[in-house]
Amino acid sequence: MARATPDASQDPFWAKAAVIGLAVSFIGLMLVLPLVAVFVQALSKGLAASLQALGDPDALAAVRLTLIAAALAVPVNTAFGLCASWAIAKHDFPGKSLLITLIDLPFSVSPVVAGLSYVLVFGLQGWFGPWLETHGIKIIFATPGIVLATVFVTFPFIARELISLMQAQGTDEEEAAVSLGASGLTIFRRVTAPNVSWGLLYGVLLCNARAMGEFGAVSVVSGHIRGVTDTMPLHVEILYNEYDFVGAFSVAALLCLLAVATLVLKTALERFQPQAESRAR
Amino acid sequence: MSMVASKRPLLVGTGKLFRRRSAIPGLGVTLGVTLTALCLIVLIPLASVFAAATQLGLGGFVRAAFSARALHAYALSFTASLIGAAVNSVFGLLTAWALVRYDFPGRAILNALVDLPFALPTAVAGIALAGIYSTNGWIGAVLAPLGIKAAYNEVGVVIALTFVGLPFVVRTVEPVLRDLAADVEEAAASLGAGRWRTIARVILPALAPAWITGFTLAFARAVGEYGSVIFIAGNMPYRTEIAPLLITIELEQFDYGAASAIAAVMLVVAFLMLLAINAVQAWSRRSV
Repeated sequence: MARATPDASQDPFWAKAAVIGLAVSFIGLMLVLPLVAVFVQALSKGLAASLQALGDPDALAAVRLTLIAAALAVPVNTAFGLCASWAIAKHDFPGKSLLITLIDLPFSVSPVVAGLSYVLVFGLQGWFGPWLETHGIKIIFATPGIVLATVFVTFPFIARELISLMQAQGTDEEEAAVSLGASGLTIFRRVTAPNVSWGLLYGVLLCNARAMGEFGAVSVVSGHIRGVTDTMPLHVEILYNEYDFVGAFSVAALLCLLAVATLVLKTALERFQPQAESRAR
Repeated sequence: MSMVASKRPLLVGTGKLFRRRSAIPGLGVTLGVTLTALCLIVLIPLASVFAAATQLGLGGFVRAAFSARALHAYALSFTASLIGAAVNSVFGLLTAWALVRYDFPGRAILNALVDLPFALPTAVAGIALAGIYSTNGWIGAVLAPLGIKAAYNEVGVVIALTFVGLPFVVRTVEPVLRDLAADVEEAAASLGAGRWRTIARVILPALAPAWITGFTLAFARAVGEYGSVIFIAGNMPYRTEIAPLLITIELEQFDYGAASAIAAVMLVVAFLMLLAINAVQAWSRRSV
C-alpha cells in the first residue's frame, strides 16, 4: 500500500471514523436494540415468570409443532436442492435460466399470497377440498397445511446455495470420474458431495431458521387453534394480542436464541470451511 | 459406461456437441424431480390464485383488486417499501464499506449481525419494534417530545420494512467492493484524481449494478412483508393497512374472490420484480 501517493487511495481518519460510526449506529439502532428489547421485556417480571410462560402447555405444543414443521420441510427442500443443483449445474438444457428464475419465485412472492394459494387448492372451497373432505383428509387448518406452507417459503434456500456453488466448481472432476467408469451415484457420493458439504450445511442452516420463523404463510393456513395448529411465531401473536406481554416476549426470546445460534453457526461455517469451497463461493 | 467413455474423444473435439450432451449421468431423474416439485409446490398453487381471480369476471376483478381501500394499501406498501429500500441503500453501502475497507474492533460481530433479519422470525421483529417505537418505548419516548410519532402510523411501517430489507444491499455490494482491485483506485489517484473524484468516477460506477440489485431485492422483500409490519402499523383501513394484510382480512370474511384478486395483483408485481432483478444481474455481468 505504501506508494508515492498513499493518501489518495486511503480514506482520511475522520472519514473512516464517520463511516464506521454511522454503520455501527445503524446496525445498533435497527438490529441490536430490538434483540435486547425482547430479552428485557421477557424478563421484566423475573426469570421465573418467563420460564412459567414457556412451560404453559399451549406454548409447549407450539414449540412441538414448529419443530415438526422444520423437521419435515428442511429434508424435503434438501432433497429438492440436491436434485435441482445436479440437473442445473452439471448439465446443459434449454430453458435453464427460466428454471432458475422459477425456483427463486418463492423469494419474491408475499408469504400471505403463498398461504392463500394453498387455501385455494386444499381448502373446503378449493380444487381438491371436496375430494379431501369425503376421504377425511384435513390439510388446511391442520399440520399438513403448515408443513406445505413452510416448504413453499423455504423452497429456494438450499437449491440456490448449491446451484451457485456447483456452477462455480464446474464439471471437470465429475467428467474425470465418468471417464474412469464411475456411476452417477458414486460420482455424487465420492466427488460432488465432499465438495459441496459446507455449502449444503450453510443452506440447511438458513432454511431451518426461516422454516422455524415463518409467520405470514403459516398464519393463513393455520386457523389459529390454540395448542393444535399454533406454531411458535403464531403463539407470539396470540399472546401479544391478549396483552400477555411476558408470555409473548418469552416465546419471542426463545426464537431470538434460535436466531443468534443461527448467526453464530453461520459465522463459524464461513470461517472454518475449506479454502477451495470458499473461493468458489 | 464403456459406450460413454468411447464417445468422449469424439465429443471433446466438438465443443458444441459436447455441451449439448453432458457425459455426466442423472439429468433425467434429477430434472424430473425438480420439475415435479416445482409444479406441485410452487406453480400449481400460484396458478390457483389467478384461476380464482378470473372467476370474478373482469368487472368483479377490477372492483375487488382496485377498490379505494386496495389502492390505498398498494400505495402504502409500495411507498413505504421504496423509502425502506432507499434508507437501506445509503446505510447498506456505508456498512459494506466499513466491513470491507476498515479494520476495527467488533467488525466480525457487526458482520454477523447484518444477517439478523434473515434469521429472526418476522413476528418477533414486529413486536420488538412496536415496543421500542411506541410512545412509552425506548426510542418512542425520546421522539414523542419532539412531536414525532414512530409507531402505529406510516413511519412505523417504514421502520419495519427497513428492518426486513437491511441485509440485501450490504450482502450484494460487499463482494463487488472486495473484488474491486486496489490498483484501479491507485491508478486513478496516481493520475491526479482526488479521493472524492476516485470514489465518484471509479468506485461508485463499478458498484452500481450490485447496488441496484440490492435495492431491488430489498424492495421486493418489503412489498410482500407481513409479519413484522402488522404489529407496528396500527392497521387502520385507508391509512396504515398494507396490501398483504388486506388479503388476510378478505380471507377472514371468506371472500376468497377479493383476496385472490388482490393476491393476483401482488403476484404480477412479484413476477415483474423478479424480471427486473434478472435484467439488472445480466447487465452487471456484461459490464464487469
